[in-house]
Amino acid sequence: MMAMPDAMYGGHSGVTSSDKPLEYRDPNQSVKILGFWLFLATDMLLFGCLFATYLVVRTHTDGGPTARSIFDIPGFTLETFFLLTSSFTGGLSTLAMRNGNKKALVSWLAVTIALGLAFIGLEVHEFIGDVAAGATWERSAFLSAFFTLVGTHGSHVTVGLVWMFLTLLQVAKRGITPITARKVFVVNLYWHFLDVVWVFIFTVVYLSGRVM
Amino acid sequence: MAVHSGVTREPGHKKHKATQYIVGYLRSLILTAVAFGPALTHTMRVGPLIVVLTILAGLQIVVQLYFFMHITEGDGPPFHALFLVLGLIFTFAIALMSVWIMGFPAFMAQVS
Amino acid sequence: MPSGFMQFADKYLMWKEGPMIWGSDVAILLVSIGIVFALTYFHKWKWLWREWITTVDHKKIGIMYLICALLMLFRGGADAELLRTQLAIPNNHFLSAEHYDQIFTTHGTIMILFMAMPFIFALFNIVVPLQIGARDVAFPYLNAISFWLFFFAAMLFNLSFVFGGSPDASWVSYPPLSELGFDPGPGENYYLLALQITGIGSIATGINFLATIFKMRAPGMKLMHMPLFTWSTVAACVVIIFAFPALAIAIALLTLDRIFGTHFFTILHGGNPMMFVNLFWVWGHPEVYIVVLPAFGVYSEVVATFARKRIFGYSSMVASLMLISVISYFVWAHHFFTMGAGADVNTFFAVASMLVGIPTGVKVFNWLFTMYRGRIRMTLPMLWTIAFVPCFAIGGATGIMLAAAPADYQYHNSYFLIAHFHQVLIGGVVFGMLAGMYYWWPKMFGFKLDERLGRWAFWFFNIGFYVCFMPQYALGFMGMQRRMYTYPADMGWNTLNLISTIGAYIMAIGFVFIVIQVLYSVKYGERDLTGDPWDGRTLEWSLPSPAPHYNFAVIPTVTSRDVWWELKEQGRTDELKPKAEDIKPIHMPKNSARPFLMGLAFFVAGFGFVFDLLWLGFLGLAGVVACLIARALEYNDDYHIPVHEVVETEATLGRLG
Repeated sequence: MMAMPDAMYGGHSGVTSSDKPLEYRDPNQSVKILGFWLFLATDMLLFGCLFATYLVVRTHTDGGPTARSIFDIPGFTLETFFLLTSSFTGGLSTLAMRNGNKKALVSWLAVTIALGLAFIGLEVHEFIGDVAAGATWERSAFLSAFFTLVGTHGSHVTVGLVWMFLTLLQVAKRGITPITARKVFVVNLYWHFLDVVWVFIFTVVYLSGRVM
Repeated sequence: MAVHSGVTREPGHKKHKATQYIVGYLRSLILTAVAFGPALTHTMRVGPLIVVLTILAGLQIVVQLYFFMHITEGDGPPFHALFLVLGLIFTFAIALMSVWIMGFPAFMAQVS
Repeated sequence: MPSGFMQFADKYLMWKEGPMIWGSDVAILLVSIGIVFALTYFHKWKWLWREWITTVDHKKIGIMYLICALLMLFRGGADAELLRTQLAIPNNHFLSAEHYDQIFTTHGTIMILFMAMPFIFALFNIVVPLQIGARDVAFPYLNAISFWLFFFAAMLFNLSFVFGGSPDASWVSYPPLSELGFDPGPGENYYLLALQITGIGSIATGINFLATIFKMRAPGMKLMHMPLFTWSTVAACVVIIFAFPALAIAIALLTLDRIFGTHFFTILHGGNPMMFVNLFWVWGHPEVYIVVLPAFGVYSEVVATFARKRIFGYSSMVASLMLISVISYFVWAHHFFTMGAGADVNTFFAVASMLVGIPTGVKVFNWLFTMYRGRIRMTLPMLWTIAFVPCFAIGGATGIMLAAAPADYQYHNSYFLIAHFHQVLIGGVVFGMLAGMYYWWPKMFGFKLDERLGRWAFWFFNIGFYVCFMPQYALGFMGMQRRMYTYPADMGWNTLNLISTIGAYIMAIGFVFIVIQVLYSVKYGERDLTGDPWDGRTLEWSLPSPAPHYNFAVIPTVTSRDVWWELKEQGRTDELKPKAEDIKPIHMPKNSARPFLMGLAFFVAGFGFVFDLLWLGFLGLAGVVACLIARALEYNDDYHIPVHEVVETEATLGRLG
């Protein structure tokens, strides 16, 4: 049991109770988790606006490359598979954290990072191919919106990778404490969120682009 | 605040199981396959297909939120869930209403 | 002088533009030298660094926001006076057309983003933790980042005036006018980058205060026990976190268009300028509710305190705040009814716009019913609150006129609109912020602002306001359009314009009185020794003024709404005085220089992108990333104040029970 002189600089005297998951047990950490959920809500809006822009200028190709002509089915299918799987392995790292299994936690984080890297690699490859084929974001409003929407997601994933790596280092160094537990939980929240955004990208951009 | 004892903990407590995560992963794979299938094989008309795809994507949100992100857990009242739902409403509102506004519906009706 | 320097001076320092620029250069130089000299002479550098720049204390951050807001009110006000001087008589050439465009752009942008926003953040910071019985906000470090992002964004924006040229495509910056082809100077980039940076800070503040209010209330304080200012903060923050991303995207895409050659809003290559307008107002309309909701919170506190009554209809007040924050999200298209999206779109948004009037009306009636049969004390906060009611009622009524889509085709972008939104933004927001400033000033600084000088300021400002803006409604009906640089003499607008300008000058006198009042009161203002100078109702008045940096030695337990008032009524105020044996070590966040450095890095990045110096831009961003990584690796950022220190402080304050 933790000694509690005074809950936190807030007045909220959270009761430490062991039937809560580890990351929520220390009120200092649980407030950060709430803060992060709120951040995800705003980030969702950020993507919402990018989706809105994409939907509005989707057909504004100005005689240039169209969605049907540049979207590569095996490419985005594989990307999807990698990201969905990495969301699963990220989940397994949370599980390992809750079970206090540091070794498994570090391994699952590493696997998640590897899958994320594969995803980013494929996306960069796809973008390079598009640009080589003359589909640059200066070409048309459609391409501007496509690269910005998918690229924003990609840069979020990149940030997530760096962040997850930093988290991994800290877990390796300090073990599973209320603080590192919260860090693991939060970085995974971010990761699952990016997975959801990707689901909408393959639905709204890639699949719809192929059929319409 | 807590003086952290910094221990690796959880001895003697119920072990958390992987089942939930496996179920979640399988569901997300199935939902994805169901979406990719008709979209890439052109077995459905475009209008209904878009509706189906959107519903499937919506279900994926639920899968991630429930199975992976543990939206139902937390410390105290579920404010995070409240804000997430509100955010979702606003997100869809912006996307759909922007399409509606920027489609110049009245103008398009006249030309067609 | 060497010709290279002269070219630089002409291009970037704009020295050929005349005395206004020279004057500003000299003024900036003198003020900077003065500040540096004073800090050195009084050995205050260390003090500045330790007590202010690296602070994470919400009270100090609040004070810094307040100072910036007042300075920006001065800058935006000076812009307004220049604009009105230009319009005082027909065919005037006091300003050149270019300067006129720049000045109305900076006036609008500064007043909304660099005056109103920091003003509400000042009050959030100063009041909310004290009202809910917390020792700081949920994320003090993030709070400092928010402030420094705002600060450096404001610096960047104001720098444009003397370095490179101000933005001149108006505060809404619609493309294609604001695209590179039509507006090649760096001014528009300044606008985009500064708004982007301050917007990030605002979102962080929104998250911070929601987490604070939902997680850090004193034990026993249920949601429906919270003071109404705290509730209004919730409502405003909800709108902030959901609306600001839209601004971020709108201006990010325009920045991409201008710097990286994309085609979101250009006419060429399939871009759609109207999409910018759409996204801008997805943020822009909720934004006016963001700034007015906290003002509503102030009015609720002030009315209850100075009528010495419980607020009438507390639950309906809370419900209306929440309703406003949600409905305000569905009204954005009323800013571009004339775009021609069609009758169905316009009808939807017209009806939604009128709906917002209902909860707002409920609130106005509740304030009036609270005053009814109250023992009203006409203090400065109360005066501004009473002045707000008719002003906002007129502004609201003209708002309903504008919300009627078919009629809007007549009013759109005329001076009728100008008069309307100044009436709600000044009558609603500025009056509210001033009321809040007067009300909580003793809590911040330990003395009251002088009542007599304040009354002079009040009457000048209010009379000036009506003289300035009432004629503008008529001018709108007579066909005068907004953003007109000058007008011919035979339009019949001359007299009304002259009257309006005189009104603007009277308001300026009011502002000068506020400045004198502050300076005078620093020395002669009535000292607040009790901590409760107004006979207040909520927890912040149970603390000494100014509050010790840990706020509450012992966190109080709350059992009802208006808890401080209840305790006073029952003669139980001593219960809130800490007893030495109850005091435990207090957990507090550590100071950090990183928020300041991060703001600086953002400033460097912003400056780089403004001048297309991509290397500098990315260098600045690398600095930002370095700060983020350092933070991600941080493990402990807190410390404990030992018991004896708290006991000593409380004993000095004479509060030990």
